[in-house]
Amino acid sequence: MTILHPRHRSALVFLACLALFTIGVTVAAHFGLVSTSFVKTLGKTLCLCLAALAMDLIWGYAGILSLGHMAFFALGGYMIGMWLMYARTEEIVIASLANGGLPATPEEISQGIATQIFGVVGASYLPAIWSFAYSLPLQLALVVAVPGLLALVFGWLAFRSRVTGVYLSILTQAMTLALALYLFQNDSGLRGNNGLSGLQNLPGITAGQDTVSLWFFWASALALALAYVALHAIVSGKFGSVIRAIRDDEARVRFLGYSVEGYKLFVFTLTAVICALAGALYYPQAGIINPAELAPIASIYLAVWVAIGGRGRLYGAVIGAALVSLLSSWFTGGRVPSIPLGFATINWVDWWQVLLGLTFVGVTLFAPKGIGGLFDHFTGSHPPDRKGAPLGPDDGSLREREAEA
Amino acid sequence: MSALLEVSGVTVSFDGFRAINNLTFAIGAAELRAIIGPNGAGKSTFMDIVTGKTRPDSGSVTFGERPVSLLKLSEAQIARAGIGRKFQRPTVFEDQTVQENLTLALKAGRGPLAVLRWRKSAADEARVAELAGQVGLGDSLTKKAGILSHGQKQWLEIAMLLAQEPRLLLVDEPAAGMTLAEREKTTELLVEIAKTRAVVVVEHDMDFVRRLSCKVTVLHEGAVLAEGSLDHVTRNQSVIDVYLGRG
Amino acid sequence: MRLTALLVAALCWLAPLPSLAQEAARIVAEHRDQIEKPSRQTIGPVIAALAASGDPMADDILSAWEDKRLVIRKTDGAMFIAAPDGDGFALTALDGTAAGRAAKADLTELKPNAGVRALIATALVQFTLSDPDPEKRRAALASIAQDPTAEALEPLRAAIATEDDPALKAQKQRLERLLTLRFDPDSAARVAAIDSFGADLGLDLRGALNPLVATTRVASATPPEANIARELRLGTDIPEDEAYGLLVAAKLAPARLTLEEQRAALLANLKDGAVGGVPVVELGSQDARDRAYTALEASGAVPAAATDDEAKAALASAKFYEIYAEPAPAVTDAAEAALARIDTKVGAMQAADLGLDALSLASIYFLAAIGLAITFGVMGVINMAHGEFITMGAYTGYVVQLYVPDYTASILIALPLAFAVTFAAGVALERLVIRHLYKRPLETLLATFGISIALQQLLKNIFGTQARPLTAPGWLDGALAINDVVSISYIRIAIFVLALLFLGVFFWLMKRTRLGLEVRAVTQNPAMAASMGINPDRINMLTFGIGSGIAGIAGVAIGLFAKVTSELGTDYIVQSFMTVVVGGVGNIWGTLAGATMIGGLQKVIEFFNPSNTLAAQTYMILFIILFIQFRPRGIIALRGRAAGD
Repeated sequence: MTILHPRHRSALVFLACLALFTIGVTVAAHFGLVSTSFVKTLGKTLCLCLAALAMDLIWGYAGILSLGHMAFFALGGYMIGMWLMYARTEEIVIASLANGGLPATPEEISQGIATQIFGVVGASYLPAIWSFAYSLPLQLALVVAVPGLLALVFGWLAFRSRVTGVYLSILTQAMTLALALYLFQNDSGLRGNNGLSGLQNLPGITAGQDTVSLWFFWASALALALAYVALHAIVSGKFGSVIRAIRDDEARVRFLGYSVEGYKLFVFTLTAVICALAGALYYPQAGIINPAELAPIASIYLAVWVAIGGRGRLYGAVIGAALVSLLSSWFTGGRVPSIPLGFATINWVDWWQVLLGLTFVGVTLFAPKGIGGLFDHFTGSHPPDRKGAPLGPDDGSLREREAEA
Repeated sequence: MSALLEVSGVTVSFDGFRAINNLTFAIGAAELRAIIGPNGAGKSTFMDIVTGKTRPDSGSVTFGERPVSLLKLSEAQIARAGIGRKFQRPTVFEDQTVQENLTLALKAGRGPLAVLRWRKSAADEARVAELAGQVGLGDSLTKKAGILSHGQKQWLEIAMLLAQEPRLLLVDEPAAGMTLAEREKTTELLVEIAKTRAVVVVEHDMDFVRRLSCKVTVLHEGAVLAEGSLDHVTRNQSVIDVYLGRG
Repeated sequence: MRLTALLVAALCWLAPLPSLAQEAARIVAEHRDQIEKPSRQTIGPVIAALAASGDPMADDILSAWEDKRLVIRKTDGAMFIAAPDGDGFALTALDGTAAGRAAKADLTELKPNAGVRALIATALVQFTLSDPDPEKRRAALASIAQDPTAEALEPLRAAIATEDDPALKAQKQRLERLLTLRFDPDSAARVAAIDSFGADLGLDLRGALNPLVATTRVASATPPEANIARELRLGTDIPEDEAYGLLVAAKLAPARLTLEEQRAALLANLKDGAVGGVPVVELGSQDARDRAYTALEASGAVPAAATDDEAKAALASAKFYEIYAEPAPAVTDAAEAALARIDTKVGAMQAADLGLDALSLASIYFLAAIGLAITFGVMGVINMAHGEFITMGAYTGYVVQLYVPDYTASILIALPLAFAVTFAAGVALERLVIRHLYKRPLETLLATFGISIALQQLLKNIFGTQARPLTAPGWLDGALAINDVVSISYIRIAIFVLALLFLGVFFWLMKRTRLGLEVRAVTQNPAMAASMGINPDRINMLTFGIGSGIAGIAGVAIGLFAKVTSELGTDYIVQSFMTVVVGGVGNIWGTLAGATMIGGLQKVIEFFNPSNTLAAQTYMILFIILFIQFRPRGIIALRGRAAGD
């Protein structure tokens, strides 16, 4: 199996494009052609692409329409945010105590940090869930462990009882909502609806935001590249074959001796962890995280991106996420000229959502392959003629027009 | 000869309707058996019970020399224990190539981690090619299963069953939709397979059953009506009543 | 002064009434100085004397005083009751005789302060309690009930016998008992009053009883001389911090230092780079700071403060008690017993109230979910835009009210109109989108989500982001109160009736009409139904339209009590999904059971944690996820081959 096998071509092209893009943005930033905030936007977009990759693995390949993966994304953000906020506040508290004439005691420092962070919700002690916030390695471990464990427990419960199709989608949506509502409470220990803020300030780093934003941009690009390579390896091997088989006909896979529930759980947890890592890279660039980030609608958008990009192909997910999220911030940023119609004016800030919604319906109806389908024109592949029958009996199976002959 | 599969006293009902009624059935380690019976006799439900898809209300199902109860195992565990099933309609993974379909079925570790680590060896490749050749799909290894003809899909599924190397095969109407030549080939293959393992064929077509020339079990209303050679059971008065009475 | 006396004497002689008639005027004259410059501390006896004089003028004099209408004529210093009359005042002498007119400039008004006026008002109560006007009597009772005082007790008792209105008499008697149990000097009378109520549910009774069992916490080395409620165990009944606070309050221990105070004290005593012999550089640990502070304490530079060990010792040596403010144990025991009786009954009533609340929430969820359940059951389709259909229904109601100002008529028009609007929207959605995604439930879910975000934004663009009013007719205002605990608003009753109505209509539609028969046929076996000449396309379209139409009606109902914004539907959509998932698909009883369960559960959880509806929803969703473990296909599931597995 050589690296130049045709089925690896798309991965190579993707990596080359990503590398060119990264270099291009770096050079542009160096000469001041793009603003720091735009570099941050691009870095965040790469993180969203990473989450979309995970979504494509679980929905495009395994056929599970999870409406909860942005919850894992946000949880990852919360976990890294706890350390960022703690460490940053610690610096400030120590600095201010040092001016007071006496060297600070550990008790004073921890009390100072607690009041700084939790004064806003009327508490003055650190909740137990902040026990590890002092340590970057421990909190980084939690970035993986907390969403991973949640996905493991939830997935085990859901898959074990053989909940599939729309039932599962709604259940994952309910999980997201439950988590968001929980975090909205002040006594959740994560500052209620205030969320965590000031995450763009890296503790112990004196470099300016223009430099830090580039670091995060590189880190995001690297993470995306690594995840792409890893996921490409997974889906093009036998594992990919198994999960695609589960997507199309899970009962048949069971009779081959594969534990379908085990595979689903594995994929669910793996993608949850990838989303959490993406979130851990995203929120330091966004600077703030609050429970609104977990709203069920965010997870549905994730599915929308993958669908618009074309599910079941990794580059499709990346293209969909990048295009839609960038267009979305462009349109809602108010920089798109309004269209005067004489009797009324189309102000894109107000009408972008309508356009997006209808575009999405259009894509689902008329172009199931999404943007990825455009590439098939170049490679010359075409859908099979199956007289409208999908490729398997399951809800998540490929549709005729999504498949290749 | 000790039995490989023993089903005894199994009853199952759906909403009051008794699909299987105190059914007792056994098959040896290397035996070909045909199960016939009119529609609704419980043939498919019988296979569902053995493969773990349906849980019986009462009775026991054991498998192997040191008998293991199948009732506590999941479908996947039963398949790994060595029971393969071929469905009535060909069920192959249509979006995947013949090669991928066969590779999926090849006997190997079934856990997610084992599959992630799995790398195709030359022996695997040879085995896949051999199985494909055996069922006449040697030239179609890289074709998607979805574009195969109906008969070819049936063959692919049989090849997948063989790749699993099961000890017991449950085959549901293998000859449905096949041409005469294909049927003949199927018969030969099943007889051949049955020399080394147990095969249960559920079939409507008497002609096909006659050609298998094996012991026949007649099911009616979820219970065994008669058992023996085809000639023996077709002379049985109650079998005649059931078939003729129902048209 | 002499002049006044003369005047009074003259008035006395002129007075047509018998001896008591001049009593009030006499008292006023006697305490003239105090009355002119009253103080809250000393005026009490004078007011009491006036009130008790028995002189019918006392009422008028006190009222006038309270209203700042008691005036002194500048020319002779005589005191009169003034009433505005044209541009001047008509004067009445203190014995009730008319005394002509005077200009405002000739008079000095007495202006008692608020405290004194309150005393006067209390004294006046006895007069208003027997006022000929029943409304005034009722108002007086209400004012006593609102602010009960010991002084009101005697006048109230006196006013019972003369009361001829039976309702007011009962009210007076009840109030008398409420005052007796709090203010009567005789413990036995109070206990009798408490016991006379039994397990009465009135809020006024609980309001009267609760102060009797109010307790304060004290720290003491020996059991205090007081009505002790209980001894508090440290750590379990009372947290250590609070206990130590009590010790400090009782001056049994010195205050503890906060970290900031200790720091400030140390800084204040910083000398030559050291505090109390400890170098500053070492003060980065709590141990060192404590040592430094102890050294300062020893030298007397700072007040004594407890260290942790000292605090522990002090806590161990003291005992903590909860004592009643009320000194009589018999009264507190009776009050505790009465409250316990009431609590039991209130508990039962609260359960009933909770049941009603749950029922009304369940009917809302039922209305919101029934359309979803129909389409999910018949077509296997989850319509994410269902929430927006609910919103559209509510906005339809709002638009109708813009044109039809009569609320009753507008609601009656809005209900069918909302059905029509959302029916049309549903049919359009089915024709344009869902039909093309037949048998692809996941794609349908996503496509309808696209419709949902487009519709939501469209509604926002049309109606704006602020809430629009959808006003219920006047006859739906208020609540049906069964007693002080159990009540339910008429709107909720109306929604409950509406839900029942729809249950009935649905059954009639499914069991008694051709359409219902065809719907059931398509649900069970579409292929067979098609071969029998039923057009599944048409059935799907109608089903979807009806399901959406009901969402519109639910929208009108929800809009009556919730804010009508473009996000109205979103707030109910997840609960509707849950209702369908929990209830099971393809069965109206399942939807009903699901709605009842979700509504009941939410109310029960809210009951246990009333301050936190967010937590209630969190726990409810967790419960549902666990519930699915045991009944993956909902409460009422199709079994066997019909379930399609």
